[in-house]
Amino acid sequence: MRQPFIFELSSPGRRGASLPPCDVPEEKISDLIPEAMLRKSPPRLPEVSEVDAVRHFTRLSRKNYGVDIGFYPLGSCTMKYNPKVSERAASFQSFLDIHPYQDEETVQGALGLMYDLGKYLCEIAGVDDITFQPAAGAHGELTGLAMIKAYHSHRGDDRKKVLIPDSAHGTNPASAALCGYEVVKVPSNERGGVDIQALRDLTDNSIAALMLTNPNTLGLFEEDILEIAEIVHGNGGLLYYDGANANAILGFARPGDMGFDVVHFNLHKTFSTPHGGGGPGAGPVGVKKNLAPFLPAPTVEKKDGKYYLDDDRPLTIGKVSTFYGNFNVLVKAYTYIRALGAEGLKRVAEISVLNANYCMERLEEYYLLPYERRCMHEFVISANKQKRNGVKALDIAKRLMDFGFHPPTIYFPLIVQEALMIEPTETESKETLDAFIEAMINIAKEAEETPEEVLEAPHTTPLGRLDETLAARKPDLRWIPNE
Amino acid sequence: MDFIPNTRLDEEELLKVVRASSIDELFEDIPEKIRLRRALELPPSLDENSLISHMEDIARDVKKGSAIFLGAGAYDHFIPTAVDHIISRSEFYTSYTPYQPELSQGTLQAMYEYQSAICELTALDVANASMYDGGSALAEAAKMAAEATGRKKILIPKSLHPSYRQVVDTYLAHMGYILQEIEYRDGVIDLELIEEKVDDDTACLLLQQPNFFGSLEDALGISEIVHRSGALLVACVNPISLGLLQPPGEYGADIAVGEGQPLGLHLNFGGPYLGFMACSQKLVRRLPGRIVGKTLDTAGKEGFVLTLQTREQHIRREKATSNICSNSSLCALAAVVYLSLVGKEGLREVATTSLQKAHYTASSLQKIGFERLFKAPFFNEFVMDSPIDPIKVNEVLLKEGIIGGLPLGRYYSELPNAMLFCVTEKRTKEEIDRLVRVLEGIL
Repeated sequence: MRQPFIFELSSPGRRGASLPPCDVPEEKISDLIPEAMLRKSPPRLPEVSEVDAVRHFTRLSRKNYGVDIGFYPLGSCTMKYNPKVSERAASFQSFLDIHPYQDEETVQGALGLMYDLGKYLCEIAGVDDITFQPAAGAHGELTGLAMIKAYHSHRGDDRKKVLIPDSAHGTNPASAALCGYEVVKVPSNERGGVDIQALRDLTDNSIAALMLTNPNTLGLFEEDILEIAEIVHGNGGLLYYDGANANAILGFARPGDMGFDVVHFNLHKTFSTPHGGGGPGAGPVGVKKNLAPFLPAPTVEKKDGKYYLDDDRPLTIGKVSTFYGNFNVLVKAYTYIRALGAEGLKRVAEISVLNANYCMERLEEYYLLPYERRCMHEFVISANKQKRNGVKALDIAKRLMDFGFHPPTIYFPLIVQEALMIEPTETESKETLDAFIEAMINIAKEAEETPEEVLEAPHTTPLGRLDETLAARKPDLRWIPNE
Repeated sequence: MDFIPNTRLDEEELLKVVRASSIDELFEDIPEKIRLRRALELPPSLDENSLISHMEDIARDVKKGSAIFLGAGAYDHFIPTAVDHIISRSEFYTSYTPYQPELSQGTLQAMYEYQSAICELTALDVANASMYDGGSALAEAAKMAAEATGRKKILIPKSLHPSYRQVVDTYLAHMGYILQEIEYRDGVIDLELIEEKVDDDTACLLLQQPNFFGSLEDALGISEIVHRSGALLVACVNPISLGLLQPPGEYGADIAVGEGQPLGLHLNFGGPYLGFMACSQKLVRRLPGRIVGKTLDTAGKEGFVLTLQTREQHIRREKATSNICSNSSLCALAAVVYLSLVGKEGLREVATTSLQKAHYTASSLQKIGFERLFKAPFFNEFVMDSPIDPIKVNEVLLKEGIIGGLPLGRYYSELPNAMLFCVTEKRTKEEIDRLVRVLEGIL
């Protein structure tokens, strides 16, 4: 059923909030602010009661699918269960009510939490220092590349290019461009890894850095990572680790040990803070010692048992956030790490990899598997087999909804045709995996026998397939009242 | 404590299917040289009860003020209870970016409503579905203006928030733009200096309204000068102030951005916050980030999708308008819930009450020997010259549980005794009088 816009529920004079009264002597507004600077007509905001608003947004929430409803195997997004204890800790009133410019003495608990979380993440990543300012993975990439740029130019070394594999996330090239770098694409080899010979040919002293996701977006570990690092470092370049897929390696390997100089983590992926329908996340960036002077200011430091914000960083790249990053998200990630400990984190990697291999093994018979290798925490299959009957990856994704599942990531990575990228995560039981596998097998059969069933999916959602072409051709981006 | 449902028994079954004798075998692609053969050095795992106690201990080492007179980009406004209730619906908070619209109509419609509300507030044509925070939204707006005009010079007033200036600087440092600072006079931008600096290569001016000092700039006058040379006006505005003040679209701003935190988000020690962004119709294809649009489904029913995606990184890669992917969606949801609850009249009331209380505070402080530094009209923040060291002032206030204004000396060496006070509608007359009484006692 259509839920009217909140604006359409308006009734003049209705109110949904009881506001603090004006208990000071009032002056005429025009005596305080010149008429010309005042608003002539009010914004056409809704006029609704509290119950109207609560029902409206609750009804909208019921048109959404979240991890709390079911399996969400969206590849490279690590949609694992978000523990409620993290939500509880993050909603403590004293965390919510502190102002970023309060005296450091009054926020020792908050600074201490950031300091300790920084230490934990450095240990997990194998790096030396960290910033929490980036609000998301792409923001971390921008920050990391800006530091790489500052590092090179501090040495009087003006490098123009960044190497990025053809399997990389779209944010990688976009972030490199934002830092003024020319993007050079590195092809993949037949095993799904970086083509070493091509890398060698492309690498010279104009390369500032190589950006790499490891395991890569095919869910495959870069077996040649040490050689890759040697080639890049041998030419004076640096290595950037995109942490989107870090779930697979927790406690098994550390990017710093692999040779990465700069590492970002997506706390909203690996460390189980919720995605919020697209954000907020947190994308802290860790660095090796030689890059630490370039970290954004301030950093959180400790001296004589007291925590403080260090703004005295002469070589800093500056700031990427107004304040210190998404503190409330950090509280959740900290809680998560303290719940799991070292052993628990390693088990995350173990079970996420086992679950992925299990799903891959069982689906291999029904779908095309482009790379016949063990996978890490995720794997990519192709709908090319089904395409012969006209059924594409998109159709399979839509049909999965009818079975009660969120679809995997589709059409990514770009190097696999009709890609379906599946990341089960460690927080799913064997029963859930089996139900998903059954659904996928069913759909493969339907694609053979009754393809129209798949082509017309979804059948059970409140709306059928939405016309994206129409949306882009005639953009309707806001509500406008009927005059 | 972990959150893994599979038991050791399940594990064995799964291993059998994948034909591995141990889990370790699945990690054989990792070269031995980089295999971590020791446990990570982390504190031991905690059961839920101990974990909650531990988190409570940390929280106890944080002292929130009983009355906050500090603003400077983060504002202590009243948040109706229903806001947190709605954003705690896990259908919203445990979902991802709405890539699959059929399963995301809740988020999508809410974002469409959010975009509509931001357009209403700013009096501009289109808005995106959020950016990280005010500072980063402003940086993206500056870049957008430079690309739209094909010009290199960006004018940055010194009366703009110092952190925002740093964020803009950091974002744009690598792109060959020329950032030029404009001095202030009497707490506002000196229009003559704009006249001097604006030229054929000026892409935009970044106007903060009210500015960092809380003062109201001559937005119309500035807009006129900037546009005369074909440059764009980027306005960075306090969204609560728009309940009362002229919106950016009405003084000719081409792009409006701002910090959305005042719209129902907690102070949270600086984040997560909400960068909002709106622009005129002609710039829509240069907007960064997600945009939600209305469309139809196969049966002709109204629905919503992410749209104009050819601007974005997952399609355009290095040619995208921005690298942004995750944004502040849940914070945008909080903002539209807040704006719905407070409503048309309520927003004006919040703004007016803040205005009145700020002016009452300013004149009360003036009576005891503080001096207002700038004469320009102000909204809910103002700069006071303190008769004694601002650091000392705040120490004394803190003993009474009051969080005082921001000492400006570290940002503006020419203003060593200045303090930036902020008063929202949440401060009561009793709290304001207490602030004044405590200060009177030390003068």
